[in-house]
Amino acid sequence: MGLLGAIRDRLGRRGNRRGLAIGRKLTPEERAAEDRAEDLLGSVVGDDALAAYRVLGFLHSFGSNEADGLPGYGYLIYPHRPIVSFDTRSGEPLNELCVRFPDRTEEGAPERLPDADDVLAKWMALRGDELGLLAEANIDRPGTQIDPAQARRDILRLQEWISPHDSSASDGPGFARAE
Amino acid sequence: MRSGYGDQLIAEGDPGVEEQERELIEAFRRQLDQGLWAAVPTSENGHREATLVRDFSEVPRDAERVIFFPPAAGG
Repeated sequence: MGLLGAIRDRLGRRGNRRGLAIGRKLTPEERAAEDRAEDLLGSVVGDDALAAYRVLGFLHSFGSNEADGLPGYGYLIYPHRPIVSFDTRSGEPLNELCVRFPDRTEEGAPERLPDADDVLAKWMALRGDELGLLAEANIDRPGTQIDPAQARRDILRLQEWISPHDSSASDGPGFARAE
Repeated sequence: MRSGYGDQLIAEGDPGVEEQERELIEAFRRQLDQGLWAAVPTSENGHREATLVRDFSEVPRDAERVIFFPPAAGG
């Protein structure tokens, strides 16, 4: 590939989004925005992670591998909800990281990014400057906003999703593959 | 990234060409002046990462794109 510096962002129409309440049908403009956001998400995190996001409803990221070659912790990255950190060996949630990415560049315009853009912003911030994001976030105990039982189920669903996709998966607990 | 819209291409060029590089730098600065964060996604052997950059000089010469997004705020 050649030297192509493509700067992407933020022009064009703004919808009158009031939030993605459960059960509310997206307007055509919102659907188009979500589709664009998912395309961008897939181009950054890859097809496997995008497929997991579509099936599970959240993105994921792992910390660095430890001495045993496995990541010690990971993150469940929900759209417009707190990030949940978890112990990859026990499958237990550790903390909730409450962080938002409000678009405040136009006064009076909606602040809410499309869901896929929100999880991508969280993922890029975690991968690019994890400590910086932790410094910005309000860190709460598990269960503050997300039911710990749901978080545990989602951790298990993630593990089940990853294992069949990983030929090196171990039989033991935890996650055999980091990103 | 933009609320209610998704992403859109705002500038494109070859940083090896002086005039195009200048336009890319100006576009880059406009976004950061608005307080946005900038990330350079990378992929190596299927491993995906992102690097946050605060100056155009930090953008790798072989980068394919820079993504701007609103800064994080405690929720």
